Amino acid sequence: MPARRAAVIGGNRIPFARANKRYARASNLDMLTATLDGLVARYGLSGERLGEVVAGAVLKHSRDFNLTREAVLGSRLSPATPAYDLQQACGTGLEATIAVANKIALGQVESGVAGGVDTASDAPIAVNEDLRKVLVALNSARSLGDRVKLVGKLRPGQVVPEIPRNAEPRTGLSMGEHAAITAKEWGIGRTEQDELAAASHRNLAAAYERGFFDDLVTPYLGLTRDDNLRPDSSVEALAKLKPAFGRGDDATMTAGNSTPLTDGAALVLLGSDEWAAAHRLPVLAHVVDAETAAVDYVHGRDGLLTAPVFAVPRLLERAGMSLQDFDFYEIHEAFASTVLSTMKAWEDPAFAKERLGLDAPLGSIDRSRLNVTGSSLAAGHPFAATGGRIVATLAKLLHEKGPGSRGLISICAAGGQGVVAILEGA
Amino acid sequence: MPTDTLRNWSNTGLARRLGAPRIPVLRRYSPGRPLLDGPALVTAVGDGRFAKPISALITEEGAAVVTETGDDKLAAVVLDLTSIATLSDLAAAQRILTPAVRKLAPSGRLLLLGPEAPVRGNSRYSDYYRARPSSESAEAAAVAQALDGLVRSIGKELRAGATANLLVVDPDAAPAAVESSVRFFLSARSAYVDGQVVHVGLLRDETARDETAGRVAVVTGAARGIGAAIADTLARDGATIVAVDIPAAGEGLAAVANRTGGTALQLDITAPDAAQRLLSHLGERHGRVDLVVHNAGITRDKLLANMDDERWSSVLAVNLGAQLTINEALLAAPDLLGADARIVCVSSQSGIAGNRGQTNYAASKAGIIGMVRALAPRFAEHGATINAVAPGFIETEMTAKMPVGTREAGRRVNSLRQGGLPVDVAETIGWLGQASSGAVNGQVVRVCGQSILGA
Repeated sequence: MPARRAAVIGGNRIPFARANKRYARASNLDMLTATLDGLVARYGLSGERLGEVVAGAVLKHSRDFNLTREAVLGSRLSPATPAYDLQQACGTGLEATIAVANKIALGQVESGVAGGVDTASDAPIAVNEDLRKVLVALNSARSLGDRVKLVGKLRPGQVVPEIPRNAEPRTGLSMGEHAAITAKEWGIGRTEQDELAAASHRNLAAAYERGFFDDLVTPYLGLTRDDNLRPDSSVEALAKLKPAFGRGDDATMTAGNSTPLTDGAALVLLGSDEWAAAHRLPVLAHVVDAETAAVDYVHGRDGLLTAPVFAVPRLLERAGMSLQDFDFYEIHEAFASTVLSTMKAWEDPAFAKERLGLDAPLGSIDRSRLNVTGSSLAAGHPFAATGGRIVATLAKLLHEKGPGSRGLISICAAGGQGVVAILEGA
Repeated sequence: MPTDTLRNWSNTGLARRLGAPRIPVLRRYSPGRPLLDGPALVTAVGDGRFAKPISALITEEGAAVVTETGDDKLAAVVLDLTSIATLSDLAAAQRILTPAVRKLAPSGRLLLLGPEAPVRGNSRYSDYYRARPSSESAEAAAVAQALDGLVRSIGKELRAGATANLLVVDPDAAPAAVESSVRFFLSARSAYVDGQVVHVGLLRDETARDETAGRVAVVTGAARGIGAAIADTLARDGATIVAVDIPAAGEGLAAVANRTGGTALQLDITAPDAAQRLLSHLGERHGRVDLVVHNAGITRDKLLANMDDERWSSVLAVNLGAQLTINEALLAAPDLLGADARIVCVSSQSGIAGNRGQTNYAASKAGIIGMVRALAPRFAEHGATINAVAPGFIETEMTAKMPVGTREAGRRVNSLRQGGLPVDVAETIGWLGQASSGAVNGQVVRVCGQSILGA
């Protein structure tokens, strides 16, 4: 057991924007710096030296090799605040939180900021691979003759750039196509997916209305709320959408029950209880424990986004808790079907026995405690930013609920990985 | 902020040769600047008890003090008239002022200290009336009130950015009571405060210093405009800023908070739980509040004939309702109020003079004045004060959007013949917010360059 638990003091994010819209001209560095400055303003950290800042981006330009440190240097934090980049696909924000929380628990730092940023608008478009080879050779060519010969290898087709694809390198399938396979496997119906999506929009809108995000979000570039949010979203309206992933008549996944490509950033302020008290800052929650799992989705029989199914029972066992011991569940809505198949797997006795090695399934969760202030289907999902959004949101919910309340976070990630964590209200 | 092209041109060589009237460039404060740039004439009619301590104050600030007008230009004229009671006293004042105003330097300061007009029926003056025949007391009241007309007229006669103001002083006030006000009105901080009459009462805490440093100051509507200038100015003087604005204004608010080294609190002050959220934030993060600046305000202009409920109620809710609620919450939480707590409410010239198309706005801003007067004795019970500032034409983003004609007219209809700057409002709030300004309570100070509107 760690000597102490890291405290979640608060968070800040910018509203999430659908790709190529409001933040089309903003870079990861712009968004991360603005989000950091918003956090500094909220907690009065101007000129403060923090233990460290850890963040990352999934879609990242090579020039952003030191993205987080550059954001710190551009922010109001003391330039003596160290920083490093971390990347674990959609698990980035939560994994960064765990990294900082662990250092705090060990007493290596007293305070830190964790999170992530992503832009699908300013995706790193690279030079055509054939063109790159010619250019590299040209650069090292010694004689004029060699150079002329190499220039002769340039072809019109080489102007077509390399654009990052939303596909798994080892399967060539998009994330949605992977999720559709899992959805089919677990028999997830269209209506339940649309219901989950509608609830996400409804909950997020209600949370904005009651001022829940007043101290979690700072407007950016004129955007004051997530622009993917449809407060009037309904199951009926969602039912009219055509399937986007999967094939055939039984395809169920649409643009409405899948997350759109989004731009945004989110950060969490962590610290020791002592540091928080010394700075007269509130402690919303503590990080209890965390677990990361991975599955073999390439050759094995597990779905790409099913790793949390395995991570949660391991985490619960270590914490000595059951799945029903939580006041809030934050299951990242990559796709509505991902959330539903994850819960279905936990409820399935055969799966528990054969795959999880448990005598009994984890059981079902109280759906009224799930994503109560909305999640990625409504807010959007800038990959590395989602973890920071969820940690700050859950910490505030737990603080409202009171000391001793508990929350479970589950985030699936590309590469067949999953990051899960437990927070306890303070 | 719009530039005052006409003022700039009026100061060019060409304009000087043409004999065009010069629009003065006002002397404004920056840290380290002396209180006065030249000697001050400080004197009294009768046995004024303030002349001596004020002379000491000015000397301490490094300026010379003279007791008679000589050949030198005067940076300031301070005349203690607190013991005048007769027409011949008033004539003596005129004999001192006439040569003095001739020698007043550009951006000079003329400050009169006068007596309260004794009020019959007020228990404080029962002894006063018992001691003298009623003809004598009527003359004293007339002379006291005469200073009002005198100072306002001087304000209109002075040129080159000089100002004239009057402090009406409680008969029992000690010299320390007037000190912060004298300092303010003599300094460059009061650049755009002209023709004002401010009552100075008793000072409860004579140990309070002028310093703003270390005071926790809440500024609502701090994301931009005058609110941002208030935050900047208070932070310049060392205050810890809690910058408040609606969540939608959070981007600008964060910039102000970070620039001032303070914190940003995104809060819709009209929300039902806003006062409670503000107070618990202050309690948790600072343990107290020393200064609350109610600056947040909106306009929803429409002629009354075309006014809808939404326009009316939103303006009244933001500009007045929220202030009432927060003030009541502060009074109900005296432990949170620091020693020498100050509340400053931003009213408006529109609330004094009225403005076509602004029935809702003017009602809310006039309402603030009523609220301040009603709450002054209640805050005084806690050693606190509440005052209002009423800006006139201030150069902001809002006035930049006005049609040129309207803007030009707005700028010129005052004794200084120009618009004020947001910092002028902020400096005035800074003075009222000082711990040492405890003797000023329930007052409305216009920051309008002595505008003719509503005067």
